[in-house]
Amino acid sequence: MEFFYFLIRRVFWSLLVLFGLSIVIFVIARVMPGDPARMAMGPRASQEQVADLKAKMGLDKPILAQYGQFAVGLLHGDLGLSFLTKRPVNHDIAETFAATFELVLATILVAFVVGVPLGVVAAANKDGWVDNLVRFFAILGAATPSFLLALLLQVLAGYVLHALPTTGRVSPDSPFTADITGLLTLDTLLRGNLGGLSDALRHLLLPTLALSAATIGQIARITRSSMIDVSTQDYIEAVRAFGVPDRVRMFKYMLRPAFVPPMTIMGLEFASLLGNAFVVELVFSWPGMASYGVRSILQKDLNAVMGVVMISGVFFVVINLMIDVLVGFIDPRVRIRGARA
Amino acid sequence: MTGEPLLSVRGLSVDFSTYGRRSQVLRDVSLDVPAHRHVALVGESGCGKSVTMRTIMGILPTPPARIVCGQILFDGRDLLAMRPRERERLRGTAMSMVFQDPMTSLNPVFTIGDQMATILKYADRRLGRVRGRRGRMARIFEVLGQVRMPDPERIARSYPIMLSGGMRQRVLIAMALLSEPRLLIADEPGTALDVTTQAQILKLLKDLVEDRGLALLMITHNLGVVREAADYVYVMYAGSVVEHAPTADLFARPSHPYTHALIDCVPKLSGDTAFRGIDGSLPDYTAPPAGCRFSPRCVLATALCDRPPSDRPVSEGHLAACWHLAEAAP
Repeated sequence: MEFFYFLIRRVFWSLLVLFGLSIVIFVIARVMPGDPARMAMGPRASQEQVADLKAKMGLDKPILAQYGQFAVGLLHGDLGLSFLTKRPVNHDIAETFAATFELVLATILVAFVVGVPLGVVAAANKDGWVDNLVRFFAILGAATPSFLLALLLQVLAGYVLHALPTTGRVSPDSPFTADITGLLTLDTLLRGNLGGLSDALRHLLLPTLALSAATIGQIARITRSSMIDVSTQDYIEAVRAFGVPDRVRMFKYMLRPAFVPPMTIMGLEFASLLGNAFVVELVFSWPGMASYGVRSILQKDLNAVMGVVMISGVFFVVINLMIDVLVGFIDPRVRIRGARA
Repeated sequence: MTGEPLLSVRGLSVDFSTYGRRSQVLRDVSLDVPAHRHVALVGESGCGKSVTMRTIMGILPTPPARIVCGQILFDGRDLLAMRPRERERLRGTAMSMVFQDPMTSLNPVFTIGDQMATILKYADRRLGRVRGRRGRMARIFEVLGQVRMPDPERIARSYPIMLSGGMRQRVLIAMALLSEPRLLIADEPGTALDVTTQAQILKLLKDLVEDRGLALLMITHNLGVVREAADYVYVMYAGSVVEHAPTADLFARPSHPYTHALIDCVPKLSGDTAFRGIDGSLPDYTAPPAGCRFSPRCVLATALCDRPPSDRPVSEGHLAACWHLAEAAP
């Protein structure tokens, strides 16, 4: 029951956050210097043509009415037209979002599967050479810019070893399209198309590695310090005195409470990766939303920018809601206090 | 104090190495805990009580600690000479421990029942005992009842955060009792709780000693508690036992200057209102005084005290390690 209240509260706050975000992004889009209609029509368009487009986009109405129009559209899933591609923004996003989402999801999974065990091993051998090695690579990973790593991987795996494809999500001659979830790996798997799956995975590998290094480092470091922090708690000494074996102490009594900080970090990373993936997307010609968003910003394509930010915001909120629920599941203190507060 | 004691610590010395410096924390500590008796170990913070207790339990981190010499006889067998596996078998089963702080000694993310079941499962395994999940839960409910917890089923389903401090302390005691230990070591039980709850906890421990025939070694700095409950008292100062006696005798005739000072430190509700402390502080363990470790703070100290004092009898079963016993006595 307390879990239910906890959830209701979290959902309520999430909706409030999204409402706030819609206002902020709307205002930012309106106060940005430059005339979007002029940018869209080009310098040779006549004054009347620009005014015409402005009227068509509703940019001549009062600002509150403009927001109302934007909010109503948003609730209907209508993000307006992109000045740049001349297509509905939701079509553009639908096409590009899945690519970015797949990349980011793969990155988070890799970061988690590699980062957490590294952190645990480092903590178990605190100040030993294993720990130092992990810490060195964690910092190196976190400090290496992703474009540098992307280029290095591309050169090494693509041009030197000729082992992996260096651009795109699929081979050019592949007939396969992602038409169920939009995630190539998942769709090929669902269709039982193993050739397509291996092609998709081969394309996914390098961008994922390039993007995940920093997150792996981050998660390994957080897991390590969290484990060490928990290991000094009285309750860990207590179970030792009660004769619980080291292995159980480590993996049951320590890992679970130590899991909360890396989980939280993962939620935040997920959101920032959605935006920051554009560097890696550009290097690997990955047709994702992050690079679409950056292009829209540079071209002052207002509707597209607002659409990308809103979608990222929704995902940020949804992912963090999921993380909150998971954390509440792991740590009863969170959900009990959360329900009371 | 007749017959073979259940626990007998003989000449235990423990060093700690920190930052290349060696601290001589325990020096020649000897103490006996007979079966079915309540023995108290008192002293101020930092005097080595907890190190003594952790050494007995075998949970002292080594390094930085190093056991220099001594014996810990449990039921006549030396724990320090045992193979690690053999010793593991006793920990949490034949001898168990009640932790000091109920707010931090329970894992916050597992239910009480889950934590107790894990402890019991591995205790059973060490003892080669077979007990199913249902049998374990039955035992857990039984023990929670023994520490006078109402509605054990509900307690077992609860997370620590849902329980009060007093209830958590009871849970910690129940955890220690799971495998019917013969020796219970309690580290300042209830000091983290309010006075009334602490009194209940101490009463519970006392009853457990009387009803279940446990031997209890209680570590405390609270002389009121000692006077109330213990059969026998060891007074510790700076890593050494300075005086030990049956409780009534110790309070009637405190003989070591440190014991005196300690008793004088207890604020009394009537009469003497001036609060007295002991001047100075514990010696530096890396370079302790060569003779009596209390001599730098002692009002009676003379040149004689530069040599280590040995135990000298005050009365039957009452010994004090001091060169100036006659003068110290009131």
